[in-house]
Amino acid sequence: MSIRTFSVWRGDRNGGRFVEYPVEVEEGMVVLDAIHQIQRTQAQDLACRWNCKAAKCGSCGAEVNGRPRLMCKTRLDALPAGEMVRIQPLKTFPVIRDLVTDVSWNYQINKKIPPFAPRPGASWVMRQQDVNRVQEFRKCIECFLCQNVCHVLREHERKSEFYGPRFFVRIASLQMHPLDSLDRRPLLKNEAGLGLCNITKCCTEVCPEDIHITDNAIIPLKERVVDRYYDPVQILLRKIRGAKVKNAPGE
Amino acid sequence: MRAAIECSALGAKTALICKSLLGKAHTVMAEGGVAAALAHVDAQDSWRTHFQDTLFGGKYLNNWRMAELHAREAPERVRELERWGAVFDRTPDGKILQRAFGGHTYRRLAHVGDRTGLELIRTLQDKGVHQGIDVFMECTITKLLQDDERVCGAFGYWRETGRFVVYRAKAVVLATGGIGKCYKITSNSWESTGDGHALGYEAGAELVDMEFVQFHPTGMVWPPGVMGLLVTEAVRGEGGILRNNQGERFMEKYDPKRMELSTRDVVARAIYTEVKEGRGSPHGGCFLDISHRKAPYVRQKLPSMYHQFKELADVDITKEPMEVGPTGHYIMGGIKVDADTGASGVPGLYAAGECTGGVNGANRLGGNSLSDLLVFGRRAGAGAAEYASRAAPPRIDPTQVENAAGEMLGFFERPGAEDPYKLHVDLQNTMQNLAGIFREEKDLTVAMARLEDLQQRAAHVGVVEGQRMYNPGWHLCRDLHNMLICSQAIVRAALLRKESRGAHSRLDFPKYDAYWGEHNIVIKKEPGGMKVQARPVVKVAELIPLVEEKKAKETK
Ligand SMILES: Cc1cc2nc3c(=O)[nH]c(=O)nc-3n(C[C@H](O)[C@H](O)[C@H](O)COP(=O)(O)OP(=O)(O)OC[C@H]3O[C@@H](n4cnc5c(N)ncnc54)[C@H](O)[C@@H]3O)c2cc1C
Ligand code: SF4
Ligand code: SF4
Ligand code: FES
Repeated sequence: MSIRTFSVWRGDRNGGRFVEYPVEVEEGMVVLDAIHQIQRTQAQDLACRWNCKAAKCGSCGAEVNGRPRLMCKTRLDALPAGEMVRIQPLKTFPVIRDLVTDVSWNYQINKKIPPFAPRPGASWVMRQQDVNRVQEFRKCIECFLCQNVCHVLREHERKSEFYGPRFFVRIASLQMHPLDSLDRRPLLKNEAGLGLCNITKCCTEVCPEDIHITDNAIIPLKERVVDRYYDPVQILLRKIRGAKVKNAPGE
Repeated sequence: MRAAIECSALGAKTALICKSLLGKAHTVMAEGGVAAALAHVDAQDSWRTHFQDTLFGGKYLNNWRMAELHAREAPERVRELERWGAVFDRTPDGKILQRAFGGHTYRRLAHVGDRTGLELIRTLQDKGVHQGIDVFMECTITKLLQDDERVCGAFGYWRETGRFVVYRAKAVVLATGGIGKCYKITSNSWESTGDGHALGYEAGAELVDMEFVQFHPTGMVWPPGVMGLLVTEAVRGEGGILRNNQGERFMEKYDPKRMELSTRDVVARAIYTEVKEGRGSPHGGCFLDISHRKAPYVRQKLPSMYHQFKELADVDITKEPMEVGPTGHYIMGGIKVDADTGASGVPGLYAAGECTGGVNGANRLGGNSLSDLLVFGRRAGAGAAEYASRAAPPRIDPTQVENAAGEMLGFFERPGAEDPYKLHVDLQNTMQNLAGIFREEKDLTVAMARLEDLQQRAAHVGVVEGQRMYNPGWHLCRDLHNMLICSQAIVRAALLRKESRGAHSRLDFPKYDAYWGEHNIVIKKEPGGMKVQARPVVKVAELIPLVEEKKAKETK
């Protein structure tokens, strides 16, 4: 057993500072264990969110040594030995207290996305290979780490024009569902601001569920938007047949 | 969540209140699947077999009517999820795939890899928010408000600000999950403090089957930080084998017929016994091996287990065995409700999910909880909506609100107070060591005395540090109150049941007892304290032939 120092941001929306705590570390310990130990023995009121302790609920996101991570999945022995461990709340969302941030904006965005709308008379027969892609997107645990790193939200704070990678994943899971009947491309092009993404892939790098956010969700969605709005054949066909697919509300 | 959806679909104005953020509840951790006799994989399956399996698993103490409704309606509830957007794994002909699980005669569990709970919760969440349910997140209810007997609202605090809130409601549905945090080694999250059990009890509802706490046979045992974390039964469903340190497949001794897929109580006791007799693994568990299956198959079918072990324990489960041991997992007991409507004995109070008792009897089969939430969530939602439609407007009694607020503020007014974290550790140790997998009179009596002592100490816990904003120490002070009620109920019922049955094993009474085979234990709050009493099992005459058929088959 050895002692390691943790520097944890303490404060609220009016400001705060880093406080150092010595923690006895055991083999196999994760950052969240250390936070719990601090709560038990040194700072009972240290605020943090967690539920599952198994990287399944997406509650415990924080920035550990500057990198957004799930605290319950970050092993201490994976961090540089002998150095202080620095923990602070996700930067992109307003802080509530200590490591807890106000992520309610994400819930508001989710509400704006038209939900699954099955084709009338669907047979409900779907083959595994046709749902694999959708299942990848549905692995999302809503940790919002991708939202936290995306520069459009983090540096440029364009929350009013841009839904962020989490919700591109969400839209992709609906748009690519074999039995869904809505067209969310107008939404993507306009309110969701898909065009603002310049494919830096930072979101994919931090996703704890290994969802290929950019390659499998964002890029194919961009292609679909292009097909609808800029493909001359499509435009012609639409003129001839009239708009065949229903648009999602919010266009 | 299923209750809220039903309630609001029936036109009632519905609010959903949760302690965490939406979509983070315990259900998100459920891995293996949801049990429903869809008969996609094994065509012989039917609700009758599912009913029989559930009763056999529950050692015939189940509420028969609940078990019947559960088995009959689960398939429709699963199909409904699919229509709401859930994407289950598929059979080769494109239908919902089902996997084997302990105690289920046929392959029955609809699943999505090993993250079925996430699929379920996300589907319900999206359905709910788009249906106009008002969601109040990070809000903890500490008291049900009553007008005479009738429940007419609830009192709680916002975690974020520490401010208080009062909800006025014609009906309340409790769906608060389990009590795992009473035990030291558990697969449950901080939320599982038995709030619903305690809120219901204090409002005058009866609790049933509280002695039955399920220890899941396979939790992680190493590293220490993740001790108790669940290793899904799906590992065994997919062919995982249990071995002791001699390399023996020890389930041959305990249940040669079902082997690793025996019911959870049997497997948990088997592992415990192996360890106790010195045949355990290095960290006090046994070995669970799936490495004989092809690596890509394991990664596809058990992706989160693969990652969990790889990242947290440096074990590659496609190559090496896992080390596992029993972990406190689920409580069969809970608020006693009417099978058809979810109504508790208290007017206006409904309940569904893990905080209720009845469907599972003495032991729950894997996968029967997710289906329970769907079937009885829907029914309780409908029951509450129906009640609300004919109930008089609720009247809130200001004194009750003041008292509830006073209780919460009291924790700040105790200089030199007892440390809630220490008290919690003591409680967990008491329950783990004295009311765990194996129980006996002398341990339980000691447990009872310790709980009384802890109860006294709990009157002095207080906030050592910090203010009302997002203060976990303060929250724990109140949670202890609920955990103590549940722990006492567990220990008292365990003392009374002088036999071993399902998840309840008494070293001093190792056999079945005919009387107890026909009786449940019911607990109620009386002026003089907690009253514990035996009550005959709720049977359904038409189902007797089915039950007799199963009994005959199993004794053969
Ligand atoms: C690791 C794990 C794996 C599992 N796997 C399976 C499986 O494969 N198949 C299966 O069928 N079952 C499984 N189970 C069991 C199943 O997941 C649970 O029994 C089930 O999810 C309980 O659901 P619930 O809706 O009753 O409660 P929960 O999902 O626990 O929800 C309780 C809700 O109530 C809220 N709440 C609680 N107290 C209060 C309060 N005082 N005020 C306000 N809100 C409150 C919480 O915030 C939460 O939102 C598993 C359990 C675990 C722990
Ligand atoms: S790839 Fe797009 S969405 Fe992802 S971080 Fe970069 S800009 Fe943001
Ligand atoms: S896509 Fe990945 S990083 Fe983003 S919220 Fe979902 S799980 Fe988290
Ligand atoms: S606690 Fe659930 S993801 Fe970390």
